[in-house]
Amino acid sequence: MPDALPQDQPNARRRWMSILARSDADSIARGLQAAGELPGYQRLRGPEPGLVMVRGRAGGGGAPFNLGEMTVTRCTVRTDAGLVGHAYIAGRDERRAELAALADALLQDPARHAALQDTLVLPLHSMLEAQRADIAAKAAATRVQFFAMRNMRT
Amino acid sequence: MSAFVLTPGFADPVADAQATFRAVLDAMARPGRLHRAGEALQPPSPLDRATAAVLLTLADNDTPLWLDPACTAASDWLAFHCGTPIVNDPAYAAFAVALAIPDLAALPAGSHEVPESSATLLLQVRALGRGTAWRLAGPGLREPALLSIDGLPHDFARIWRDNHALFPRGIDLVLCAGEQLAALPRSVTVEEV
Repeated sequence: MPDALPQDQPNARRRWMSILARSDADSIARGLQAAGELPGYQRLRGPEPGLVMVRGRAGGGGAPFNLGEMTVTRCTVRTDAGLVGHAYIAGRDERRAELAALADALLQDPARHAALQDTLVLPLHSMLEAQRADIAAKAAATRVQFFAMRNMRT
Repeated sequence: MSAFVLTPGFADPVADAQATFRAVLDAMARPGRLHRAGEALQPPSPLDRATAAVLLTLADNDTPLWLDPACTAASDWLAFHCGTPIVNDPAYAAFAVALAIPDLAALPAGSHEVPESSATLLLQVRALGRGTAWRLAGPGLREPALLSIDGLPHDFARIWRDNHALFPRGIDLVLCAGEQLAALPRSVTVEEV
């Protein structure tokens, strides 16, 4: 079993898991293939859909309340080398959860990490950023300039 | 990373859990009858396949689990697949797993108002169907049944008499060996043949 990446970088793993969880199945599959031959792997759990209760706090600081349930699909795989990868994604796309879990496992392998960062994580990250910027730009176009109203009041 | 290797749980979680549930239900209803469970599982040592199947079926995040110190190697596997909290004090356990019969008085026996709040002990024995023969009698048995168990202590008759005397309180026992299981509900009496 190869040594996993140092666990003193929980934020790095959190970051790539978050990016994988928001990306679509085809993009993850493309990124994985571009990094070379995929090892064999075994499903440890799932992919299985379920419900999680989303809780919120009014204003971020109030008493917690149940906002509602959302569908989440989770999957855990183990590669033949013994690395375990997890994925929790919103929705019911089981293939996407499985690919994200496999990518999480492979990203922990120091021998593959750098290549996968280049072919998988960074392209997905820029794609998500582009989507976010696109939505932000559309929202910005509808912005109301309250400046004029404030001037009228004074 | 530890050398511990995580293995899969049930291949078909719903159907396999239902089949195991049925086996446990029938084993409880007809004490002494042998059932099979968990044939396809590869649980971590020292868990037997039947023990692992029963835990995958019945244990979840609402059922605190007490593990015999000899079984702690399996706690990661159980935490991952069952999500069950593992307690150090058997007094808080809903399920207990042991390789040798622990002090039953340390496990919760329920109360007269809620006797079902007692613990269920999963006891792994060397073999079922051979070894010392016990005559079982009680609800579910029109005629006394015989069950051979290899691996119970010599004073099991006394231990079980004390447990049976608590009825309707008391501990239910599920005996597991390999992929076989049998049950001794608290309502049954045992006698060495």
